[in-house]
Amino acid sequence: MTASGASGNVIAKYLPVYFVLLGIAGLEVFLAYQNFSTVTLLVIFLVLAVCGAALAVMYFMHLAQERRSLFLSLIPAVIFVLLMMNMIWSDSFRLLHMRPFAH
Amino acid sequence: MSESDQAIHGYGTAVLEPPPYAIPSRKLTMWLFIISDAITFGALLFGYGYLRTASSDWPTPFKFNPSILNVMIMTVVLITSSLTMLGAVDAAKAGDKGKAGRFLWSTIFLGVVFAGLHIREWFGLIDDGVRLFQNPWGSPLFGATFFSITGLHLLHVVSGVVALAVIARGFSKGRLTAGYVETAGLYWHFVDLVWMFVVPLIYLLNLSR
Repeated sequence: MTASGASGNVIAKYLPVYFVLLGIAGLEVFLAYQNFSTVTLLVIFLVLAVCGAALAVMYFMHLAQERRSLFLSLIPAVIFVLLMMNMIWSDSFRLLHMRPFAH
Repeated sequence: MSESDQAIHGYGTAVLEPPPYAIPSRKLTMWLFIISDAITFGALLFGYGYLRTASSDWPTPFKFNPSILNVMIMTVVLITSSLTMLGAVDAAKAGDKGKAGRFLWSTIFLGVVFAGLHIREWFGLIDDGVRLFQNPWGSPLFGATFFSITGLHLLHVVSGVVALAVIARGFSKGRLTAGYVETAGLYWHFVDLVWMFVVPLIYLLNLSR
């Protein structure tokens, strides 16, 4: 494999991931115009966005080719922090209904 | 090298330990920065979600034409720029400066196109009356959340474009190694990744029907 041909090969190698990412974006736009509730739409969007992000991280950023220890050091911590941020929702619903104290 | 050897030969001899995770420290630093930036964007998006949920009159101003069409074009542009960045990294690692340069400048061009489309969209919303703390439609915090989240992303895109230009020039002149191109590639893919969350949460959840 020549140096000049290698880049063409890597583009061809990652074209399926590219089209899947475009497909995810197109699917999100399509689903946005269907008759889903906001909460359902939010869940669908988050699932699709996380799938797209996982593909980008593992293949475009080559994390799948790195050592497992790097993946385990980086990703679980991020997921944990982002999951912990979910504790704010009860307060936002309280504000929506203007309740002074949480029950 | 043992400490006794160091004592005999003096402090000029470096004791090298294997890099953690078997990657250069530059790359590890960029990964750590990406993690912290991901949490920053996550906090901003959660804050936006909090305010949107707590508001009974959140505006939903994005029509298919021109807003969503524009966003779709921007998404295609940014994901394509990630593909060209892949080509640049691979060519740089293979030592092909010419090909790496062409892919890098293609990525830079696509980044500039993205930024231009984004700024055009901003001007459209400002013409419609959207400001940081007021708009003609509903909750006054819509503008603040929209401009801060998309503005922070735009800042990342613009700074990425500048960094890529510096690295493209440095690599072509032989001052920078392929490792710099790879590290910049990680940053650029992260910018694309964030956009994949911004589009559905900021735009698609606020469609004008």
